[in-house]
Amino acid sequence: MIELVSSERCINCDLCVQVCPTNVFDAVPGDNPVIARQDDCQTCFMCEAYCPVDALYVAPFAEQQIIVAQAQLEAAELLGSYRRSIGWGIGAKPAPDQSFRLLRGG
Amino acid sequence: MTQTSTPATTVRTAVRNLEADVLVIGGGPAGCWAAWRAAQAGARVVLADKGYVGTSGATAPSGTGVWYVPPEAEARENALTSREALGGHLADRGWATRVLDQTYANLEQVAQWGYPFPVDDAGRQRRTSLQGPEYMKLMRKVIKQAGVKILDQSPALQLLVDDEGAVVGAEGASRQGDEAWRVRSGAVVIATGGCAFLSNALGCNVLTGDGYLMAAETGAEFSGMEFSNAYGLSPAFSPVTKSAFYRWATFRYADGSLIDGAGAKHGRSIIARHLQEGTQVYAKLDLATDEDRRHARAAQPNFFLSFDRVGINPFTQQFPVTLRLEGTVRGTGGLRLVNNGCATTVRGLYAAGDAATRELICGGFTGGGSHNAAWATSSGYWAGEAAAAFALAEGAHAASRPAQGAGTATLAGGGRAIDRRGVIEAVQQEVIPYHRNLFRTGEKLTDSLTRLDDYWQALQQAGPADTLADQARDREAAALVATARWMYRSALARTESRGMHKRQDSVGQDPAQQHFIHSGGLDTVWTQAHRAAWHTAPQAEAVAA
Repeated sequence: MIELVSSERCINCDLCVQVCPTNVFDAVPGDNPVIARQDDCQTCFMCEAYCPVDALYVAPFAEQQIIVAQAQLEAAELLGSYRRSIGWGIGAKPAPDQSFRLLRGG
Repeated sequence: MTQTSTPATTVRTAVRNLEADVLVIGGGPAGCWAAWRAAQAGARVVLADKGYVGTSGATAPSGTGVWYVPPEAEARENALTSREALGGHLADRGWATRVLDQTYANLEQVAQWGYPFPVDDAGRQRRTSLQGPEYMKLMRKVIKQAGVKILDQSPALQLLVDDEGAVVGAEGASRQGDEAWRVRSGAVVIATGGCAFLSNALGCNVLTGDGYLMAAETGAEFSGMEFSNAYGLSPAFSPVTKSAFYRWATFRYADGSLIDGAGAKHGRSIIARHLQEGTQVYAKLDLATDEDRRHARAAQPNFFLSFDRVGINPFTQQFPVTLRLEGTVRGTGGLRLVNNGCATTVRGLYAAGDAATRELICGGFTGGGSHNAAWATSSGYWAGEAAAAFALAEGAHAASRPAQGAGTATLAGGGRAIDRRGVIEAVQQEVIPYHRNLFRTGEKLTDSLTRLDDYWQALQQAGPADTLADQARDREAAALVATARWMYRSALARTESRGMHKRQDSVGQDPAQQHFIHSGGLDTVWTQAHRAAWHTAPQAEAVAA
């Protein structure tokens, strides 16, 4: 679930507030949005995909909360890694979908 | 136009009143296609989603296969026959052929809109899969350009009906601001998806059966709700229920030894039985070839996301797995359709995508992945077209007829608001455990229904919560209870095993039950067998799946 809104990176665009399908964030006037309803996070990674500055981190745990440290996530190049992998990162190009080479989808 | 009036569900809140020809509820692929087609036909269209159109639903965060088969005789014949036995001979070739034709045409449209389909070595576009984020971002852009008015973060609370019971709109909440909305329309398309009971399957927690409940409150009927026990494989810690790559999996115990007979397709019940007994099952994708491994990452980036973030290489290291309930999302039951335009049994009400039954093309076997994607685009297209034609024929006077809210549970009672968390956990205890829902018996279904009926009675007496946002969430809880009751009553009525519906007390397929199970009702849930015209083929013996 969502674990980080980086105050160093966030530009208060509130796009995450708009796009979250389960309404996890609250906008705060003049400040970074806050994770207001973490329990409602469905770990779908969509906020990360839409964040223009890679300020968000969704840990891959559906039921468990963890503590994350931004420096470690940066060192492991995990901030923005989903956005890059689908080709939505700055300067990124999506790798062509290779599903057709792998039998049927599912 | 915004004005203040008194909605049926609250005492005093500002209401945003809108008028449209077609209101679409739900903004996944089916809802977007319905909205686009209705707008193309000249209708004024409003599309309301409880999340955000572009990220909401099971498709957006996933990659999905598409049942896309070029119109070549042999390929089409193979596509039609491949799943007939698995689906228990309930599907119809007529509907399946229509879906293949419409999907073929719609994906050509998607290509023209600029979707970046991959190109194979021969230089041909390959259109058998779609990347969810890209596809749904494109659909949002396309429907906006078509003039569709989008209401994001706007869960519908209930449908509106006129004096004769026809559906003439809906009202709901704008949950970021706690404002009410009310749309009067000539027709409504329900495209709210299936119901996965908040099991944390990828992208599925928005799929809580809301549209089923709203539709049933106006008298709409269901078909195939017994086909509602699909479970998706995922890492035990993660929501990513993308099951395609588990075809390369071996399943193991903690010490690495192989579990006899366990498999992603045919040995799934063995995995479930181990998990049920408290034995953790592990998977390793070690059957993948080097070439598979090379292409897999570019086929489903999010499949690898969970592994990358915990430092596991799924091809060489084993990881714990679980089976998450995907209910009617990958199951095939849903609102019953009565004609080619995806009309329900209620005047003015249409259904598309996973909200509608997919038995017509899948029978009782999973609609997951490619069939659902084909169904979403096709049924959305047809529902939007038919709803627009109906609404435009009704004319503007439809919006001026008196209308009232049809909602009951948690909206109309005089009591206190429900303990939402308690209700959700209670219904999950009836539908998530494998020993109740995957391995069904008449005794256990009846046992669960005793409690589920009690929960429903309590919901009927409950009054609305204080805020509109909380009312919307209470309605989700009510929809879970209602959905479980249609599921289990239908499962009781099918005293055999067919498709994904497995009765431990009625093993094997009964030729006399080659029919649909229709269902409906709120306080009293009814079921009825219905033999369709095509339910006449001689049947093979039960197929193990």
